[in-house]
Amino acid sequence: MSSSEIKRGVPEGLWIKCPTCKATLFKKDVERNLNVCEQCQHHFYTSAGDRIAQLLDENTFEEWDANLQPVDTLGFVDSQPYSKRIVDQQKKTGLKDAAVTGRGFIRGRGVVIGITDFAFMAGSMGSVVGEKLARAAERATELRVPLIFVSGSGGGARMQEGILSLMQMAKISAALAKYDSAGGLYICVLTNPTMGGVAASWAFQGDITLAEPKAMIGFAGARTIKNTIRLELPDGFQTSEFLMKHGFVDRIVHRRDLRTEVAQLIDYCDMK
Amino acid sequence: MVPEPLPFEADIHQLELLLDKLEGAGGEGASDETRRMKREHRALLKKTYDNLSPWQTVEVSRHKQRPQFLDYLGLCFEEFVELHGDRAFGDDRALRTGFARLGEHKILLVGHHKGRTLKERQECFYGCTHPEGYRKALGKMRIAAKFRVPIVCLIDTPGAYPGIGAEERGQSQLIATSILELTRLPTPIVCVVIGEGGSGGALGIAIGDRVSMMQHAYYSVISPEGCAGILWKTANDETKPRAASALRMTSRDLQQFGVIDDIIPEPLGGAHRSPRDAADALKKHLQRRLRELVSLSTEELLAKRYEKFRKLGQFA
Ligand SMILES: [Zn+2]
Repeated sequence: MSSSEIKRGVPEGLWIKCPTCKATLFKKDVERNLNVCEQCQHHFYTSAGDRIAQLLDENTFEEWDANLQPVDTLGFVDSQPYSKRIVDQQKKTGLKDAAVTGRGFIRGRGVVIGITDFAFMAGSMGSVVGEKLARAAERATELRVPLIFVSGSGGGARMQEGILSLMQMAKISAALAKYDSAGGLYICVLTNPTMGGVAASWAFQGDITLAEPKAMIGFAGARTIKNTIRLELPDGFQTSEFLMKHGFVDRIVHRRDLRTEVAQLIDYCDMK
Repeated sequence: MVPEPLPFEADIHQLELLLDKLEGAGGEGASDETRRMKREHRALLKKTYDNLSPWQTVEVSRHKQRPQFLDYLGLCFEEFVELHGDRAFGDDRALRTGFARLGEHKILLVGHHKGRTLKERQECFYGCTHPEGYRKALGKMRIAAKFRVPIVCLIDTPGAYPGIGAEERGQSQLIATSILELTRLPTPIVCVVIGEGGSGGALGIAIGDRVSMMQHAYYSVISPEGCAGILWKTANDETKPRAASALRMTSRDLQQFGVIDDIIPEPLGGAHRSPRDAADALKKHLQRRLRELVSLSTEELLAKRYEKFRKLGQFA
């Protein structure tokens, strides 16, 4: 997908083509349907903002740390300086970085929520994502409410922040361990895609792990694996269904049922 | 023995070959010429190794003769009772675990092993761990914590293994679980990157109360090859060094970022030129750090460990 296609959740224009069933769909219909294809149930990208609207009770979201800004500690330059990339991405997405965190209600149940948005540098995790998610876990510990993280991080740890991005895996994990020790309920929802350092840390540290259908989820990228083993990868490799079959996902949940299922799970795991 | 030369060591190698010949000739009363050459050799090594580029550091960290886990095991530790198997799938040879003695300390030793011969390297996947390796390590570390036996982790991996089986068996899940549990495991943990600190595969056992690096090790979010491949489409002699520099992966960089506590000095010309001296430095470091940590209460230990990782990161 090009950057302009990602921004609004589905490609620009009145009509879009479903990459799975190839049906031509009226864009407005797809948006009304939570960015899911009505023909084959393909789950399109959905932004952090849309996600909040889909999951939380109307007007209950209170955002935290919205002004945390990434910095270019390394002076990293690839095709352009990271500092410039940050500004471009901020303009493109309206986000300061890839994570949105805060509190709200799901069918009347108070929760802390954190979401990574693929639109901002593939949802990759740098210091801001790490700090926001760690703070969210710490506040959920204080508030004694369930914690819901939704991952949409294709990039894993953010290369442009070097070793500090790797350390965010440790930082968030430490905060989640504390929350867990305090008896917190952590539900993680894996969406397309969840890879690399995000998968190898907070995405797989939930008490309950949910996944949207056919999301790509895994540790190593398909290309890296192919280059290493020099074999073709099996059909359906690293999908939600593959993960569930191998025992690493509790439930695959259609986007329209997510809100109900999360509320249902919360009721079984009373934190009092 | 003359070490195998790295690409940037042509001059050093020439001198070493000459010196080897002269010393082999057995002229006991070292001639002035030999002494002069030895001085020149040391000066050249110092100049080269004081100014290694990040990519050269990566090459040193991967040198075939660089001491690995099993070498340090023999050189630093008095005993090793290896504990095998993850109780679920198998016994990952890329990650070794067992009780060991280090001076006055009884410890659990955990470390990646890369192997040297082709057979050994294939057996342990060049130090690339599978999920069962992390499950095994965590299992043994829990035993250690139960009896408050301190843990020493020696990190040396290009990364966790990228393969079909590894994904089927939950590479992400096992690394994630290991990281989370290590942040709260109630026993002292000292981690040292002895060679390659390859991203998540390294981090899976690199959570501790002290995290340090051997001087010429590297520790990075992504390998220079991986980074070059993503940013410049191809990993070659031009892009790999660029990536290594951009990622800031040397021990000096990491100390600057506050990610590591200590840099353990290597002998002149790198650990592979004198494994004995490298091992002595490592041993001294481990003993000093363990002595500090065993006196802390568990509460204090874990509070400090939390702070250590909690504060990492930079933002505005
Ligand atoms: Zn469709």
